[in-house]
Amino acid sequence: MIPDLPARGEPILRLRGVSKQFGAVSALADIDLDIHAGEVVALVGDNGAGKSTLVKVLAGVHQPTAGTVEFCGRPVTLDSPSTALELGIATVFQDLALCENLDVVANLFLGHELAPWRLDEVAMEVRAWTLLRELAARIPSVREPVASLSGGQRQTVAIARSLLLDPRIIMLDEPTAALGVAQTAEVLNLIERVRDRGLGVIIISHNMEDVRAVADRIVVLRLGRNNGIFTADTSNHELVAAITGATENSVSRRQARKQEVRE
Amino acid sequence: MTDSKEALDRGDSRLRRDEGLSGALRGFFDRVRSGDLGMLPVVVGLVVISTVFSTLNPVFLAPNNLVNLLFDAATVGFISLGIVCVLMLGQIDLSVGSMSGLASAMLGVLWVNFGLPLPAAIAAALGAGALVGLAYGVLLNRFGMPSFVSTLSGLLALLGLQLYILGPTGSINLPYSSALVRFGQIYVMPDWLSYTLAVLPGVALVVLGLRTMARRQAANLSTPGLSVLLVKAALLTAALVFAVWYLNLGRGVPWMFGLFVALVLAMNYALTRTKWGRSMFAVGGNSEAARRSGINVRRVNVSAFVLCSTLAALGGILSAARLASSSQQAGTGDVNLNAIAAAVIGGTSLFGGRGSAFSALLGILVIQAISNGLTLLNLSSSLRYMITGGVLAIAVIVDSLARQSRVSHGRA
Repeated sequence: MIPDLPARGEPILRLRGVSKQFGAVSALADIDLDIHAGEVVALVGDNGAGKSTLVKVLAGVHQPTAGTVEFCGRPVTLDSPSTALELGIATVFQDLALCENLDVVANLFLGHELAPWRLDEVAMEVRAWTLLRELAARIPSVREPVASLSGGQRQTVAIARSLLLDPRIIMLDEPTAALGVAQTAEVLNLIERVRDRGLGVIIISHNMEDVRAVADRIVVLRLGRNNGIFTADTSNHELVAAITGATENSVSRRQARKQEVRE
Repeated sequence: MTDSKEALDRGDSRLRRDEGLSGALRGFFDRVRSGDLGMLPVVVGLVVISTVFSTLNPVFLAPNNLVNLLFDAATVGFISLGIVCVLMLGQIDLSVGSMSGLASAMLGVLWVNFGLPLPAAIAAALGAGALVGLAYGVLLNRFGMPSFVSTLSGLLALLGLQLYILGPTGSINLPYSSALVRFGQIYVMPDWLSYTLAVLPGVALVVLGLRTMARRQAANLSTPGLSVLLVKAALLTAALVFAVWYLNLGRGVPWMFGLFVALVLAMNYALTRTKWGRSMFAVGGNSEAARRSGINVRRVNVSAFVLCSTLAALGGILSAARLASSSQQAGTGDVNLNAIAAAVIGGTSLFGGRGSAFSALLGILVIQAISNGLTLLNLSSSLRYMITGGVLAIAVIVDSLARQSRVSHGRA
C-alpha cells in the first residue's frame, strides 16, 4: 500500500550504510542517502561508481548485502520489484525494461492492468493517450509493438510507465540519454512538475547541464562510496574533481591545455 | 469516417489511416510482408494438402474421413494447446507424449484393473499431469534448469513409469460400452446443435464488435469500421456453416472436437483478455522486464508448465478413449513431435512471446490431415515419420524467416 506523502522537506527515503557485494566486488559500500519530499537529487559519478546498482537496490531488483532503507519513516525491505512498486517507488531503468513484443498500452500497464479478468482495453488506451500527451510524446500509434518505436520514443514510454501508478518517488536512470532537444526539455519540465507536486525525484545523468538545471542537491558516488554532496551552483571543476577523485585529472588537464592554446 | 473531431489516436500525421475494407486489406498485406504471417501458412498448407491427397485418393475428402480426422485431431490437439502455453514463454515441454501415455496407463490401471469410478481415475490422471508440470516449473525456478533438459529427462522417466504401471501385460482394454470410449469414438452432435454452434461465433463477433465500437467511439478513439466487422463475421459464418453441413453429410461433428474447440476458445480468452495472459506474453518477450514491472515470473512459469502437462494428460485420457485401450505404445512415436509441430505451424513462435490458442487448432488440422492422408495412401510408418519430420522442419524454417523479417521491420 502506498503510504501518505510526507510534508515537503520531510524525508521520503532514508538509506543508512547500504552495501551491495557481487562476489568479491563491492559495488556499493556504506552508502547514506536522504531524499526529501519535493526535492530533486542528482546521482552522479563515473562509470562503475555504483549509480545504477543503487537504483536497482531501491527498485527491488537487487537485494542489499547490508544497511537499512526507511521509506516515509518506516523501515522497509525491498525484496522484489513488486514490493518497491507497491510502496510507490517507480523506476525508469537505463535499459528501459520494455517488452518489445507488446504494444505501448500493454507495456504501460504491464503488471497493473485494469480489470484483471476482463482487460479494459478502451480505458487503458485512453489513459495511455492522456499520459503521453502530458509528456508531449510523439508516438504515432499506441497499438504498434514497442519494437517499432525509436529509442527516444521508447524512453518516453518508459517514463510514462513510471508515472502511471502515482508513485511517491521516481528514479530516472539516464532519462535523457536517447532523447532529442525538445523531449529532453519536456523531461526536465516534467521532473520539475513532479517535484512541485511534492514527490521525490532521483535522477542519474552524465549530462552536467541537465543535472544543474533541475537538481536541488547533487550526490557524488565514487567507486561505490559517498564522495560528497553538492548544490547546483557548485563549480564544474569541483564536481569533476569529486567524480574522478582528483583535482588533477583528464578533464582538468584537457581544460588547461585548451586554456594554453587560447593564451 | 467523417468525424468532425479528430479521434484521440489519430492525431499523428505520420500515421497512415487504414479505414474501411480496403484499409483492412492493406493492413493485412503489410503485416504478411513484414513477417507477421498469422493464419496464412495454415490456409496455404491445408489447400496444398487437400489438393495433393484428394488427387491421390478421393476418399480423403469424403465426409466420414474428415469426421475421423477431427476425432484424431482433437486428442493430439489438447496436447498441442498445452504446448502453446510453454512455447509462449520461450520454453518447451518434450515430455508431453510420455505424459499423455502415462495418463492413459493410469486411466486403464485405476479404472479397469482397480475398479475405481471413472471420474476418480480421470481426476487422478489429470492430477498426475499437474504435479509433473509443477515439478518442471520448480526445476526451472529454483535451479534454473532449462526446460529442454528437465522435460527431456521427464520424457524418459514418465515413459518408464508408464511401462512400470502397465506391468507385463502391456495393454489394458477399456470397455466399449462406457461413456468415455463412446465419447472418444462415436458421440457426435445433433444436426441442429452443430448448425447453431456454427452460426454463434459470427453473431458473437458482431455483437461484441459493436459493443467495442460503441465504447471506443464514446471514448473518442478510432474504430475499424462496421464494414470490416460484417465481412469478417459473414466469411466466418459461411465457412463454419459449410464445414458443418459437409460433416453432417457423414456422421456429424464429434463432441470430442467440440470440447477441444471450447477449450481453445477458453484459452484464447485467457491469453488475450486477462492479466495472466498478458503476463505470459510479457515473460515470453522479456522476462527481466516483466519481473521489474512487478509480475511474478515464477508463478507464470509454473502456471504454464502445469497447464501444459495437465492438457497433455487430458489428451492421453482421450486418446485412450479413442483407441479403447491403454497400451505401452500410447504417447510414443510421433505424438510429441506432432503436438509441437502443430503449435509452430499454427503460428506460435518457438522463440517466445508470440502465439495464440488458435494455432493449436489450426496446426493440428494440418498435421492430422498429413498423417491421415499418408495413412490412406497405405505408406509405411517409416515414410510417414520422414514426411512429418520434413514438415516440422519447414514450419520451423518459416517461423525463423518470419522472425528475422519481423525484426528488420520493427515488429519484434
